[in-house]
Amino acid sequence: MASHQPDRGQRGLPGGKPKYSAFAIAKKAMNYHQDWQRAWRDAAPKDEYDVVIIGGGGHGLATAYYLAAVHGMANIAVIEKGWLGGGNTGRNTTIIRSNYLWDESAAIYEHALKLWEGMTQDLNYNVMFSQRGVLTIAHSEHELREMSRRVHAIRLNGIDSEILGPAEIKKFVPTINIDQSIRYPVMGGFLQKRGGTARHDAVAWGYARAADDLGVDIIQNCEVTALRRERSKITGIETTRGFIKTPRVGCVVAGHSSVIAAMADIRLPLASRPLQALVSEPIKPILDTVIMSNAVHMYISQSDKGEMVLGAGVDKYNSYAQRGSFPVPEHMLAAAVELFPVLSRLRMLRHWGGIVDTCPDASPIISKTDVEGLYFNCGWGTGGFKATPGSGHVFADLIANDRPNKIAAPYDLNRFRTGLLIDEHGAAGVAH
Amino acid sequence: MLIINCPHCGPREESEFACGGEAHIARPLAENSISDAEFADYLFLRDNPKGLFLERWRHSAGCRRWFNIARDTVSHEIIEVYPMGALPRKKDALATHAASWRRDTAAEKAAERAAQKAQKPAQKPAQKPARQKAAAKKAPGKRGGK
Ligand SMILES: Cc1cc2nc3c(=O)[nH]c(=O)nc-3n(C[C@H](O)[C@H](O)[C@H](O)COP(=O)(O)OP(=O)(O)OC[C@H]3O[C@@H](n4cnc5c(N)ncnc54)[C@H](O)[C@@H]3O)c2cc1C
Ligand SMILES: [Zn+2]
Repeated sequence: MASHQPDRGQRGLPGGKPKYSAFAIAKKAMNYHQDWQRAWRDAAPKDEYDVVIIGGGGHGLATAYYLAAVHGMANIAVIEKGWLGGGNTGRNTTIIRSNYLWDESAAIYEHALKLWEGMTQDLNYNVMFSQRGVLTIAHSEHELREMSRRVHAIRLNGIDSEILGPAEIKKFVPTINIDQSIRYPVMGGFLQKRGGTARHDAVAWGYARAADDLGVDIIQNCEVTALRRERSKITGIETTRGFIKTPRVGCVVAGHSSVIAAMADIRLPLASRPLQALVSEPIKPILDTVIMSNAVHMYISQSDKGEMVLGAGVDKYNSYAQRGSFPVPEHMLAAAVELFPVLSRLRMLRHWGGIVDTCPDASPIISKTDVEGLYFNCGWGTGGFKATPGSGHVFADLIANDRPNKIAAPYDLNRFRTGLLIDEHGAAGVAH
Repeated sequence: MLIINCPHCGPREESEFACGGEAHIARPLAENSISDAEFADYLFLRDNPKGLFLERWRHSAGCRRWFNIARDTVSHEIIEVYPMGALPRKKDALATHAASWRRDTAAEKAAERAAQKAQKPAQKPAQKPARQKAAAKKAPGKRGGK
C-alpha cells in the first residue's frame, strides 16, 4: 500500500486565477492589502447541472474539486444552506491520523493522509498541515496490551506507528503528568509521527477556490428542501432558491444525512449527536503535539495562535441543536486538568457543538442507493475531518463512474445487510 | 442540561439518566421468517428525525427503571413522559409513532405476529388497534423493563 500514489488532479490553478505567493504578499502590501481577488465567485444557481453536491463542507467541496480536476467534469454545483465550512468542517479539533486497525480503514485514511501531504501545493492554498504527531494514551494494562496488538496490525499495513512507555512520553511531552497515583494514570501510548493537525477553514476555502477556478459553481445560503425523482431515478432538487435539474446528486451533509435521505424515502443507520469542543485563551507554547485519550474522551492540542484546543466525547442523545450538554465537557476537563495540571487556571474562551452522524460500526458510508443517480457520503461521525481529501477523492470517482473503486467499495450501505461491518468501535480509538 | 421527570422519582438532572435510543422497536421473534435485509431494519436502522422523537431512557443513577419520552431533537423540549409498553397520549407524539416507517417493516410485522401467537391461549383482550396491541404486549420484561 505504501507505494500507491493517488491521482491528485491538475495541480495549481489551471483556470488562470492569480496565485498566492510570498511575492504576491509583498506586492499587495504596497497598497495595504486592499485589492486581493475574491477567492471564489458568488455564483447564482443555473437551471441545470451535470452533478449537484449537497453540502459545502470540506468533504463536499473536495468531491466537487476532484470531479473537476481528476474526472474532467465542468458543469458542477455545490449547494450549501449556510456558509462554506460552517458545519463540522469549521467546528472540529482538526486531528489527522491514519492509524486505524482494519485494512479497509487503513486504506482510506492513509489514502487521505497522502493527499494531505501534498494539499497545500495542489491547491495553492496554505492549509497549515502540521505533522506534529498524534499520541494516544493508554490508562490501563489492558488498554496498553490491546494497543500493542493494534500497533502491529497498523505496521503490517505499512503505516508508521510506535509504542511509548511513560518515561518516553514524559520526554516527548514535558507538561504531562505521569504520576501513577492519578485517577487515569499514563501507562503508555502509541504515536503516529506523520499525524497532526491542519487549519480547518483553510481546507474548505482552499478546495472552494480551486474548484471555482475549474468552473464549479459554489452556491451558499441555499437549502435543499426536496429531491425530485422519476421512476426511482433522480431528476433534480428543490431548493430555497428554486428548482435545479440534474441527473446526479451527491449528498455530503454530515449530521443532516438522515434528513436528506428521508426526502428520497431512504433510511440510513445513523444517529445525529452533538460533539463538543472548547478553546482557551492563548498562552505561550506548551504542547507541540496532539494528545488523545479514548478512555476519558479527551484530546488536546495547541493552535498556532496559542489557544489550547480541547475536544470531548459525543453526547448521549440525538440532537440537531448544535450545542451539547454541560456534563460532557465537565467530565473531559476534569481529566484534562489531571493529565495537564498546568491547565488548571486557564480560562476557556469559546465552547461549541457540531452535529455528527454516527454509524453503528463507527465507519463511514460511501455508497450508491436504490435511487439511480443519488449517492451518499456520510457516517463519518466524530472523526471525518482527517479523511476530507481521501473521502472527496473516492466519492468523486464513485459519482463519475457510477461504481465504487477498491477503497470505497467496503463502505457500501449494503454492509448492514451482509454483516460485513468495519468495526472501528474501540478498535482504532472511538474518538478522532 | 435536560431536566427529566422520572415517573417514579420526579424531576432529576440528565446526568442521572442513560439514553436507550429509539423507542418502540419490536424484536422480530420469528427471525427465520424474514430476510437478512429485513432483519437489518430491526438491527441497524434507526429513526433519526429532526423534530419530535420517541425514545427510551433509564434512570440509571436512581431507580434504574426504564420509561419512554417524547422529545424534540431541535428545541430539546420534552412533551411527554410515558411508561414502557404504552403509547404516548399527546396527539403529536401519537402521530409520530403512527407515521414512522418502522411500522411498515417486515421485522415489526413479524414481531406483531409472534406477540399475537403468544397471546392466543390467554383471554381475549379488549378491542384495540393491532399496532397498539403489539406495542402493549411486547415491552414488559424486555430490555430491563420491570
Ligand atoms: C467538535 C468536533 C470535533 C471534531 N474533531 C475531529 C477531529 O479532531 N478529527 C477528525 O478527523 N474529525 C473531527 N470531527 C469530525 C469532522 O468534523 C467531520 O467528520 C467532518 O468535518 C465532516 O465534514 P463534512 O464536509 O462531511 O460535513 P460538514 O462540514 O458538516 O458539511 C456539511 C454541510 O452540509 C450543509 N447542509 C446540511 N443540510 C443541507 C441542506 N438541506 N441543503 C444544503 N446544505 C445542507 C451544512 O450546512 C454543512 O455545511 C469533529 C467534529 C466535531 C463537531
Ligand atoms: Zn427514577
